[in-house]
Amino acid sequence: MIRVVLPAHLRNLAKANGEVTVEVAGKATIGSVLDALEATYPMLQGTIRDHVSKQRRPFVRFFACAEDLSHDSADAPLPDAIASGTEPFLIVGAIAGG
Amino acid sequence: MANKNNGVRVLVGTRKGAFILTSDGKREKWDVSGPHFAGWEIYHLKGSPVDPNRLYASQSSGWFGQLIQRSNDGGKTWEPVDNKFVYDGVPGTHQWYDGTPHPWEFKRVWHIEPSLTDPDTVYAGIEDAALFRSTDGGKSWGELSGLRGHGSGPRWQPGAGGMCLHTILLDPSVPGRIFIAISAAGAFRSDDAGATWRPINQGLRSEHIPDPTAEVGHCVHRLAMHPSRPGVLFMQKHWDVMRSDNAGDSWREVSGNLPTDFGFVIDVHAHEPETIYVVPIKSDSEHFPLDGKLRVYRSRTGGNDWEPLTKGLPQSDCYVNVLRDAMAVDSLDSCGIYFGTTGGQVYASADAGDNWAPIVRDLPPVLSVEVQTLS
Repeated sequence: MIRVVLPAHLRNLAKANGEVTVEVAGKATIGSVLDALEATYPMLQGTIRDHVSKQRRPFVRFFACAEDLSHDSADAPLPDAIASGTEPFLIVGAIAGG
Repeated sequence: MANKNNGVRVLVGTRKGAFILTSDGKREKWDVSGPHFAGWEIYHLKGSPVDPNRLYASQSSGWFGQLIQRSNDGGKTWEPVDNKFVYDGVPGTHQWYDGTPHPWEFKRVWHIEPSLTDPDTVYAGIEDAALFRSTDGGKSWGELSGLRGHGSGPRWQPGAGGMCLHTILLDPSVPGRIFIAISAAGAFRSDDAGATWRPINQGLRSEHIPDPTAEVGHCVHRLAMHPSRPGVLFMQKHWDVMRSDNAGDSWREVSGNLPTDFGFVIDVHAHEPETIYVVPIKSDSEHFPLDGKLRVYRSRTGGNDWEPLTKGLPQSDCYVNVLRDAMAVDSLDSCGIYFGTTGGQVYASADAGDNWAPIVRDLPPVLSVEVQTLS
C-alpha cells in the first residue's frame, strides 16, 4: 500500500478526504504510482502528467522523504519508506501566485 | 407582463469558479449558486438548447490543466468527463508572435457549443486553435482537423490572449454549416459539418498585419448571428464592427458613429435581428471603457447608427473590461441582455438595454456569460 498526498484541488476533484492509498503491482516508481492513482481515480488523468507523453505538468512537483523527486525518471525506484507506506508520496502544486 | 412560470438561468464563468444565477421572468430578484469548481478558471459553460438541464463547463488551471465537467440537472451536480484533447496526426506549426514557426500545443478549452439538436453532441474551441467534437456527451473528443489542415494554418498566429478558437456558431437552417472564429486568424466556414473549411475574411482590413486585407491573420474577437437569419453575421474585430449579409463571403464595416470601435463582445436581440449590441473599449492598449464610462451601444439598424445605453451603468471612474464571451441575451418576451466584467459584476437589462442593474457585483473577473431561458 502506497500513501499519496494530493494537492487540495485534486483532492476535491477525486472526492477524497486526506491521503489516498493505491496498490502497486511490482516495483514502486513514480510512473507505477501515477498509473495506479489514475486507474483508481480516472478523473485525475491529464491533471498531473500529460495524457500522451506522460510528462509531469510543469507546475506539479513530486516530493518524498524530504527530497524533490520531480526530475527523477518515471522508472526510478521510489525510496523504501514510500514503497512500504511508512512515508507518503507528495504531489504538490508549485507556489506560483494566483 | 412576464409569465410567472418563465425564468432565466445565467451561467457565469470566472477566473476562480463558476456561478449560476437564477431568476423568474421579472428578472428582479436573483439566487446565486457557487462558486462551483472553486479556485479553477472557468472559461465557459453552456447548456444544451434541447435539454436545458444538460450543461457543459470548461474547467482549467495553470497547474492541473484542462477538465470538462457535465451536469444533467441544471448545474446542481457535476461529473468530470473526458479531458483528452489530442490533435489529429502530426500537429505541425503555426506562427509565433515573432513570426517564427511554433508547434501546435493544447492549452485550454475556450468555448463549448452544444449541438442544436442532440444533447450528447458538443463542440469545443481550443487554444492552440482547433475545433473538437464529442458525440457521446463529452466521454470522448475528436478533432475536426479539416480546419487546421485546410492550408492556412501555418500562417495563423496568437493574439494577446493566445491563439484561441473562441466562437462557434451552428447554423439552424443550413444543415452542416458551422462558423468559427480564431484570434488571430479570422473567421472560417464549413458547409459539410466540419469536414472541410475555408476562410471568410474578405472585406476585413487590419492595419497590424503586413497585408491588411490578407486571407487570414485578422484578429476577430467575436461573431454573432440571429437564428432566424443565419446568413447575416455580425463581427467585433480587434478594431471595427463588421457585418456580412452572405454568410461571411464578404464583410462591410458598420462601426458608424461608435466612439471607438475596439471591443470584444457583440450580440443580437432575441426578437429583432437588426438590433445589435457592443461594448466599446478605448483601445487595444487600454482595455477599459472610454472616459471611465461603461456604455453598451445599441444599433436598431444592424449597424452604423448607434445609441449609448447608460441607465444603471457606472458613468464615472469605471475601468473594467468586457471579455469576448461575456455577453448573452435571453428570449423572454421583453428581451434580456447580460454582460459580465473583469471587475466581477454581471449587469442585466430586462428591457433590451434601456435600463441596467448589477445582478452580482463582487465575483472574480468574469470570463463568460451565457443565459438559458427556462419555461
